[in-house]
Amino acid sequence: MIEFRAVSKSFSGGAVAVEEFSYVLPSHRTVALVGSSGSGKTTLLRMVNRMLEPGSGTVLIDGRDVREFNKVALRRSIGYVMQDGGLLPHRTVAENISTVPVLNRVSRKEARVTALELLEQVGLDLTLADRYPAQLSGGQRQRVGVARALAADPNILLMDEPFGAVDPIVRRELQNQLLALQSRLGKTMVFVTHDIDEALLLGDEVIVLRSGGRIAQVGPPAEILAAPADAFVRDFIGADRPERVLRIVETQGRKVVLDQAGRPAGVLAS
Amino acid sequence: MSMFLEAFTWLADSAAWMGATSIGHRLGQHLIITMIVVGIAAAIALPVGIAIGHTGRGRGFVIAAAGAARAVPTLGLLTILALAMGIGITAPIVALIVLAVPPLLAGTYAGIENVERTTIDAARAAGMNEFQIIVHVELPLAAHVILGGFRSATLQVIATATLAAYVSDSGLGRYIFAGLKSRDYPQMLAGALLVAALAILIDLGLSVLQRMVRRSVEPRMPRPRSRVAGPSLKGAS
Repeated sequence: MIEFRAVSKSFSGGAVAVEEFSYVLPSHRTVALVGSSGSGKTTLLRMVNRMLEPGSGTVLIDGRDVREFNKVALRRSIGYVMQDGGLLPHRTVAENISTVPVLNRVSRKEARVTALELLEQVGLDLTLADRYPAQLSGGQRQRVGVARALAADPNILLMDEPFGAVDPIVRRELQNQLLALQSRLGKTMVFVTHDIDEALLLGDEVIVLRSGGRIAQVGPPAEILAAPADAFVRDFIGADRPERVLRIVETQGRKVVLDQAGRPAGVLAS
Repeated sequence: MSMFLEAFTWLADSAAWMGATSIGHRLGQHLIITMIVVGIAAAIALPVGIAIGHTGRGRGFVIAAAGAARAVPTLGLLTILALAMGIGITAPIVALIVLAVPPLLAGTYAGIENVERTTIDAARAAGMNEFQIIVHVELPLAAHVILGGFRSATLQVIATATLAAYVSDSGLGRYIFAGLKSRDYPQMLAGALLVAALAILIDLGLSVLQRMVRRSVEPRMPRPRSRVAGPSLKGAS
């Protein structure tokens, strides 16, 4: 459980990134923080593993103020995935995945065994283990990033727009892979994105943020689609986009779903 | 042209290669002076450069100080130091350290500063402490740039270590000063040629080393010995 208590953060120069943010993120669930740039979503994420310290307020993990933890130990106990993977370019895939276990003095041999298992879990071929990040595609690098975050078996996973830099088809693959992983592992996951569709797909709960980290709406994806709280949320989720409003027609004995413009989106499962 | 011929004749004379003042002996002295100077300069410049590159603090001050040190004429500094410290090897070593520190410092902080910020950020987020970030991330990724600074410092010191002979009986500069004094210009030229040859040779060696280090940090192409090369080649046909 991650709890934000009246957390505020402003940066030098006076820009207010987050103002009085309070929320409790439940364990073993995925919470998607979604907002445009300047909404403070990354700032909130980075305060969980103390990459940033709140200006005021408290962040708690399982009821304990994160400031009570040693910074380095705290970060090792939390998985962190960022855009572009953030892999070490001079180390192989297997060595990158083993970063945290090796820091925790797990033997290299043991760490490598874990690394190979994780490669398989994130859907990568084992022959990639001895390649360098520059020899991988963007999507493969992101998978390695996820594997590295999982290496120390953390309870919490922080994802900072991890799939922002890959093309839409690969992004969809990565999202599905993450959904499958999460249904197996049940981590407490915080997923930051500016892509509302990604948030609706991955989040058990979605927090829509306005600028300054103010909550516009919180709820399960279906609820947000069904009842956007205000014009801001309506606009943000694209409630007026033709593909958001679907209707059903019957053709050839099947129920076909059409969007508002009359384009078919799929068929209803019978 | 005949002066070159005479210089080569002087170099080829076996007498020049024997005894306590032989070319080999002077060459060794020259190299030892260079190693001592670059060693001490590195011991000063590396920690300072790492601190600046890692924290981003003190940069302006150190650039100014290094620029000032670069502007100091080594011969003038050597003369003052020799007057204060007396004849011997200490004064030239100190003067040469002043010469060697700026390029080493510049290479170190520039190398570390140029490491991708996101890579460092990711290492920190994964749970590396600052020391581990320096040792496992910044230094390996900056190594080839730091070596570049090391290379330029070494080159300058080898060339300028001839001045050591100005106040002490050591190094290849001995031939240059002796030749100058006795108007034995072939000997003087031979000394200069030896210094130039040594400088080129060492620089070549260091450039090879630099390229090797760089390649180990930027492995772009799959290595032939790696297991992945086989299947990918088959797939290409």
